[in-house]
Amino acid sequence: MKHVLKPSQYAILVAIMLSASVGDSFLKRGMDQVGAVNVHHLGLLWHALFNPYVDIGIVLLIGFFATYTTALSWADLTFVMPATAFGYVVIALMGRFWLHEQLSLSRWMGILLIVGAVGFVAGGPSRTEHPELDQMDAGAGR
Amino acid sequence: MTFSPVVHVWSAIMFVAALAVIGEVMIASGMRQLGDLDDIRESRGLGGAIAAVLTNARFVIGALCMALNFFSMLFALSIANLSLAGPAIAALTYVGNAVAAKFFLRERVDRRRWLATMCVVVGVILLAR
Repeated sequence: MKHVLKPSQYAILVAIMLSASVGDSFLKRGMDQVGAVNVHHLGLLWHALFNPYVDIGIVLLIGFFATYTTALSWADLTFVMPATAFGYVVIALMGRFWLHEQLSLSRWMGILLIVGAVGFVAGGPSRTEHPELDQMDAGAGR
Repeated sequence: MTFSPVVHVWSAIMFVAALAVIGEVMIASGMRQLGDLDDIRESRGLGGAIAAVLTNARFVIGALCMALNFFSMLFALSIANLSLAGPAIAALTYVGNAVAAKFFLRERVDRRRWLATMCVVVGVILLAR
């Protein structure tokens, strides 16, 4: 049976693509304001928790873990993997269009390959069926 | 016995990638064991779904591996350049996940998914340049 994803499940995959990369960007911006942390200034890590950018970053990364975990409950790991890699594309495109950085030809090629990878797996089934294993697991896991 | 710096760096990179693969495979296995979280949330509510995840042994072991992965990544970055360690760890993790998914999770990793994995690996390396 080929699994067809519901709109809400596509929304989860989009959240996976966006939350980690945007969360990392907020953390980076927050940590730039907090300053460099080293063994002599570990107290800065506590101080960082009161930075709004760091807080938004942490919330987004918790959101990433929650959506990633949810997706793995109805899709294969090898189906979800390219969605996590798409975060690299989001970061590169944010650099290009938000921070006006120049993207080299090799980076554009990288973006194209990852977008292609997402397209390859999105066209196939989202989950491998193992009725006998799932039955055993259901007995052990619930 | 002393190791050359190259062996030291690549051992750290392999260790971090191995922890990531074990962590992600254990979490995926735990989630497959639980079944669709949307169904669990409908029958037991959000609290019930969170409790089901947090009391799943495979998920907890996987999450611990990911936490260990985070700290070992910090160690790896202290001895290797980010431009080497970042893409190398990501690429090894993607390939390792595909192999582990095929043999441990028994996912059907067909030509389409291998091609996607290879595209991701090359794409990540190109983006990091």
